[in-house]
Amino acid sequence: MPPRLPSVLVIDENAVRAAIIETGLREAGHHNVTVIHDVAGIAARIAALEPDVIVIDLENPNRDMLESLFQLSRAVKRPIAMFVDRSDRDATERAIEAGVSAYVVDGLRRERVKPILDLAISRFNAYSRLERELEDARNALQSRKLIDQAKRLLMRSRGMSEEAAYALLRRTAMNQNRKMAEVAHSLVLAADLLGQGGGDGRED
Amino acid sequence: MAERTEITAGFLPLTDSAVLVVARECGFAEEEGVALSLLRETSWANIRDRMAVGQFQAAHMLAPMPIASALGLTPLAIDTLVPMALGLGGNAVTVSLDLWARMTQSGPIAMTDAAGAGRALRAVIGHRKAEGRPPLQFAVVHAHSGHNFELRYWLSACGIVPDRDIEIVIVPPPFMSDALRSGQIDGFCVGEPWNSVAVAAGAGRIATVKSAIWRSSPEKVLGVRADWARRHEAGLAGLIRAMYRAAEWCGQPENHRTLAHILARPDYLDQPAALIARALDGSILDGAAGDLPRFFEPFARAATFPWQSHALWFYSQMVRWGQVAHTPARAEAARRCYRPDLYRKALAPMAVPIPAANAKVEGALREALPVGSTSGTLILGPDGFFDGRVFDPDELDAYLAAQAG
Repeated sequence: MPPRLPSVLVIDENAVRAAIIETGLREAGHHNVTVIHDVAGIAARIAALEPDVIVIDLENPNRDMLESLFQLSRAVKRPIAMFVDRSDRDATERAIEAGVSAYVVDGLRRERVKPILDLAISRFNAYSRLERELEDARNALQSRKLIDQAKRLLMRSRGMSEEAAYALLRRTAMNQNRKMAEVAHSLVLAADLLGQGGGDGRED
Repeated sequence: MAERTEITAGFLPLTDSAVLVVARECGFAEEEGVALSLLRETSWANIRDRMAVGQFQAAHMLAPMPIASALGLTPLAIDTLVPMALGLGGNAVTVSLDLWARMTQSGPIAMTDAAGAGRALRAVIGHRKAEGRPPLQFAVVHAHSGHNFELRYWLSACGIVPDRDIEIVIVPPPFMSDALRSGQIDGFCVGEPWNSVAVAAGAGRIATVKSAIWRSSPEKVLGVRADWARRHEAGLAGLIRAMYRAAEWCGQPENHRTLAHILARPDYLDQPAALIARALDGSILDGAAGDLPRFFEPFARAATFPWQSHALWFYSQMVRWGQVAHTPARAEAARRCYRPDLYRKALAPMAVPIPAANAKVEGALREALPVGSTSGTLILGPDGFFDGRVFDPDELDAYLAAQAG
């Protein structure tokens, strides 16, 4: 029978990201995975769970508190050290760039921990990519809304057709070397300041 | 002008990041050929890690952090130099309204009277013990911090035994106010603006201040990667000069309003300027300043000089609280983290007064006094601990023995 895979505690306030990591670990055969979102009472949880590996996101302000727990022998029965030490600089850098850090119990062999860390790094990176794409999509939607709003303003105030309003916005953007959404935004802002923006222009 | 040096430095949202922030925002770094980028971090552990992998060349650091690193007490320990300090004072001990009410039952307490506040706290602790109630919980931001050591020093000198009469836990600065209000902790020792934030939120009252526990005491430092410093001697000297001028600017009362507004920005402290100003103009003391030095001093009294006696005092407290066992080699490693030689070399072209000594006896100056300096006049003091004990760095062993007794 192969040796039992190390138990993992994931501390992440971001529930979605934590779920992504947990799923990945379970798919890789780790059945002993615990996820904690809130660090209240963490000392007791760690003492009860005795995890082999703790994964925590770097945005979590509680890292200093967590590390102080590791220094107190009464909080954790087995000494915990940071996995990624100077001899594994590459892994350290990749982890920190991905925004994740890991602690392991002393004596756990590196080759047993490396797959866990690699998985955490790749899932953190995947999550960041997802977040960026979502942000881009949000921006695209916002841009389209602004352009529609500016179009309606022009149609109403200058009696233009929709096509003509769109063409005017595009031409202005090209002449000023700006994005169409930026020109639209200026127009909507100006109309708002002049008290002409209300009514049908707003749709949220 | 020499070629530009690019430096990325990390900081935590605290008022004593001011010198670093002003070096960038008021153009002092630029004038010295330093392109300074600042990145806000959420924990001291992150600062340490990003220094270790080379994302930061320098950082706003808790003074004991580079020492802990030199002694191998932390993960990812790398050689970190302290070529400059970031000011004196700036912390306070805040307690919950309930604890404050109990402490002041037998009379008012001036927050500048550290001994009086300690006596009152000791009485409350005695009552709790008699009633069989659990010990009070106080929070600090890090085990290797000035906050931890000055809180423990104050308690001990007032006859309260840390870890027996009172529990000390770690809480991140931005969470202190909520933890106090919810009753999770009974008090904390933290840097500004987080005491003022708790007071403004109606969560606590300031019981005493760092500048009353240890007058003219060190707080944050500039930490620099040792290997980077060796390869970029001119760039580091430029940064030190820029930060010296920034500190001078921060120390001038006419700049405090502007400084509070800069620090208030969302990319820095992201807190109201009026709250930040309380530490800068001293109004945090509610007019109780008396003859105490400024609550937070960024420049005067050699506030940016990296005294090796400060490094050794922090080391003495690491020994006192069991973080490290004393050996002469470890004491020497702690002392050598602090680099007054780099400070002097960088500032030599400016012909400003710099202390001639690398260390001083902490607690020797009862009042402000001119001291030996490289040029001009330099006023130091008053300094020293509220209990009258003196720290002579040349008598380290005797000091360690006395505090253990």
